Amino acid sequence: MNRKRPKHLALHQIRLPLAGYVSILHRISGALLFLALPLLLWMLYASLRSIETYTALTTIFLHPLAKLGMLLVLWAFLHHFCAGIRYLAIDLRLASSLARARASSVWVMIVSLALTLLIGVKLW
Amino acid sequence: MVNRVVTGAHYGLRDWLVQRVTAAVMAVYVLSLAGWLLVQPQLDYDAWTGLFASNIMRSFTMLFLLSLFYHAWIGVRDIVMDYVHPAGLRLLAHVLVILALVMYVIWAVQILWGL
Repeated sequence: MNRKRPKHLALHQIRLPLAGYVSILHRISGALLFLALPLLLWMLYASLRSIETYTALTTIFLHPLAKLGMLLVLWAFLHHFCAGIRYLAIDLRLASSLARARASSVWVMIVSLALTLLIGVKLW
Repeated sequence: MVNRVVTGAHYGLRDWLVQRVTAAVMAVYVLSLAGWLLVQPQLDYDAWTGLFASNIMRSFTMLFLLSLFYHAWIGVRDIVMDYVHPAGLRLLAHVLVILALVMYVIWAVQILWGL
């Protein structure tokens, strides 16, 4: 086998189906959640430690930038959650036909974005 | 009779299964917590710490976090294997991720039981 086959991946020219975007966003959101782990653990710590740290935490979240950052993490979680449920459904052969796979990828985008918006509005 | 040489590290099927089992555990935990949050008339410090007062909730949370860390290890390892090709750099990335996750386990125990 020729190990030095040339690759021509013009990423900007590749047109993915929606399920392809759901898939790469599953990876990106997962990486984002991993990077956010120390922050999230610190938030759990501060929220439980004492009434002072709890109050300090709620004060931090009055800042618009903190809210925006949290909204991003919230979206990452909701997308990862919904896309993950979709993969479980595909494994159980509940959505393995092409038509159902396409429809479920649309639902993942709609539900995760709608829930992010809904919870975001409620938290704001 | 064909003597087929099977190569690889043989953790594929196990990790595939672990990724799904840990996902199911996390989904149950998150949906339970979301349900609890929805029925709270007003969320304050007392209600929040009250939830984590029992050993059952602390254990359930620890189970969730252990599932999360194992799930994160498989996911991040696969990402590193896809994009980081030099062996030394890949090893370094893997070691750093493992160390971080083990630290998180220790930290999680301290948060949940060290109050």
